[in-house]
Amino acid sequence: MRKLVGIALLAAMVAVAGFGTTVAQAKDLKVGFVYVSPIGDAGYSYAHDLGRQSVAKMDGVKTFYVESVPEGADATRVVNNMARKGDDVIFGTSFGYMDPMLKVAKKFPNTTFMHCSGYKTAPNMSAYFGRMYQARYLAGLVAGSMTKSNIIGYAGAFPIPEVKRGINAFTLGVRAVNPKAKVHVVWTKTWYDPATEKEAAKSLIDIGADVIAQHQDSPGPQEAAQEAGVYSIGYNSDMSAFAPKAHLTSAIWNWSAFYPVVIEKVKKGEWKADNYWWGLSEGVVDLAPFGDMVPKKVQDMVNARKAEIKNGTFKVFAGPIKDQSGKVRIKKGEVASDKMLTGMDWFVEGVEGSNQ
Amino acid sequence: MLGFTIEKRQEPLKWGSFFIFLVALVFSLGVSALLLAIQGKPPFEAMYLLWDGAFAHDWALEDTILKAIPIFLCSLGVAVCFRMQIWNIGAEGQYALGAVGATWVVLSMPEAPVWVIMPLMFVAAAAFGAIWAIIPALLREKMGLNEIISTLMLNYIGILFLEFLVYGAWKDPASFGFPMTIMFPDTAVIGELFGRIHWGILVCAGAGIALTIFLKHTRLGFEIMVSGENPRAARYARMPYSALVVLVMGVCGALAGWAGLIETSATLNRLQPTVVVGYGFTAIVVAWLARLRITSIAGYSILLAGLRVGVENLQLELQVPASFTGIMQGLILLSVLAGQFFNWYSFQRSKRG
Repeated sequence: MRKLVGIALLAAMVAVAGFGTTVAQAKDLKVGFVYVSPIGDAGYSYAHDLGRQSVAKMDGVKTFYVESVPEGADATRVVNNMARKGDDVIFGTSFGYMDPMLKVAKKFPNTTFMHCSGYKTAPNMSAYFGRMYQARYLAGLVAGSMTKSNIIGYAGAFPIPEVKRGINAFTLGVRAVNPKAKVHVVWTKTWYDPATEKEAAKSLIDIGADVIAQHQDSPGPQEAAQEAGVYSIGYNSDMSAFAPKAHLTSAIWNWSAFYPVVIEKVKKGEWKADNYWWGLSEGVVDLAPFGDMVPKKVQDMVNARKAEIKNGTFKVFAGPIKDQSGKVRIKKGEVASDKMLTGMDWFVEGVEGSNQ
Repeated sequence: MLGFTIEKRQEPLKWGSFFIFLVALVFSLGVSALLLAIQGKPPFEAMYLLWDGAFAHDWALEDTILKAIPIFLCSLGVAVCFRMQIWNIGAEGQYALGAVGATWVVLSMPEAPVWVIMPLMFVAAAAFGAIWAIIPALLREKMGLNEIISTLMLNYIGILFLEFLVYGAWKDPASFGFPMTIMFPDTAVIGELFGRIHWGILVCAGAGIALTIFLKHTRLGFEIMVSGENPRAARYARMPYSALVVLVMGVCGALAGWAGLIETSATLNRLQPTVVVGYGFTAIVVAWLARLRITSIAGYSILLAGLRVGVENLQLELQVPASFTGIMQGLILLSVLAGQFFNWYSFQRSKRG
């Protein structure tokens, strides 16, 4: 018996030694993606991964990814290892990867770094994001048309500008069609925790919300809405499969419209550091197909507004816009600058809840 | 039954226990490989990649050791509490408070020279962490509140307190509303010692040695051991049981606080909510695996850190899901703990009469 074990161990060791690391073809462009949550079947990282898949279909490109990478020290290690393994382009898809990527970018000047949702850049590092607030505004139009109680719930992840900007745009949409409606916000303080997100949605339903919107990574709030028999608005990816009876629409990311463009630029040597902020007109953000319960009239109205945003005749953050205390933040005739949107830390009139 | 009986050994195994550990480790790796094979991933290559990404290069070893530093400090503290059978599972919150304490020093005197700011950071981190641990110790001794519940709950309060500060008063005005403090000045950053390893590792070595001496060669250390084995006998012998509870909790809080300080200062260079990533909970696993022995804690900290680092390599090369880390960690814990059964018991072929 002991001999057998010995032989088996020896065989295992020989086998281990025999396998080298697989080497990619020298010509292939290697592209790495770092995700903050598990890819799963829906949500933020899932949406980015759909973008990765469209990059993987390109000729002469090989893609890699690491999921569930915590922001901070772990991110530095993962990005560093990707660069060391010879990835030519690295996409970091969460805000907290900004400083880690900047640190690594200095050490690997020949690698191209793309950081999502931040504001710092370097000669070899771009910042990029999408104008999700445009899709949020359209989703708000739908929610405002569908609510009967005039209370709309919104489960937000963290009180940071990205989330507040979305809540503000959504609320502007709601109140454009229904000035009496209010949007109640609760913070879950997590990007990905299906149980907590579901609980947050339930607490909003308990105070009378009949439409649940969310800025999270899982369809937990959608499930809560379906169980309680109220409507919901999804985020990140089309969430109709998780709550078919409750799903009005989702504000979705479509990274397939952006990632292949970046890779094409890198291949041709035309890439340079920039701050990309694409929106509806470039197709990076969009609305998922409407649920059957959304009346044709509402659908037409939303689609008309979508066309206006696309051709630039309508701006979401056009004054006059007041904040929660009634103070005018954007004057009549003015449009919020991108700088103001990037650092947005106040709520518009009609949002109920703390902005911290 | 089955021709075997279980017999208790006269003495626990000595060197044999290392062999049992190896068998248990190989067993858990074998099951992991099997799981990978079921998923259609090459199992041997996967195990090689795991090794390759965690230990096989100088950079991999650096990554692993960097990750092991905070885990080691937290585990050390947790183990001291567990030796006294005080079930402190609040290292996570004590870690957060340590980070808060150190940051408080930096923000109140950013201009101070290094020989002022650095010692004060260590004092503040230890004090904040210790206070967070002594609260449940006092609640336990004065009011009989179960420390498992109180330390667990204080984790959440501690982490929320950190977030409250970083989202509010301590937010860097230039951060566009994102939750983070200003970058620490160079005087407040724990620098690199060799390669990317910062001198936080010296703190680990110092704490490990000091604690070993304390537990083995001092009267208080002896009393802690006795109180853990039998609290009633300890009280009967007039040992200051309650004071010892406060002491071990304070030591754990201070060590976890230092772990928080080192992570904040050396790897993030600023305080962010993302500094809290569960080292305080990993510490419990490490302390148990190591059977509360300090040298073993160092080994297991590196093992579990290496597992975390190595699995990223698996993800990169073979697209294995991230949750595989958790599965492997659980398998190792279960099989090593189950294997420890053989330290005290052996199977004997039963004699049929």
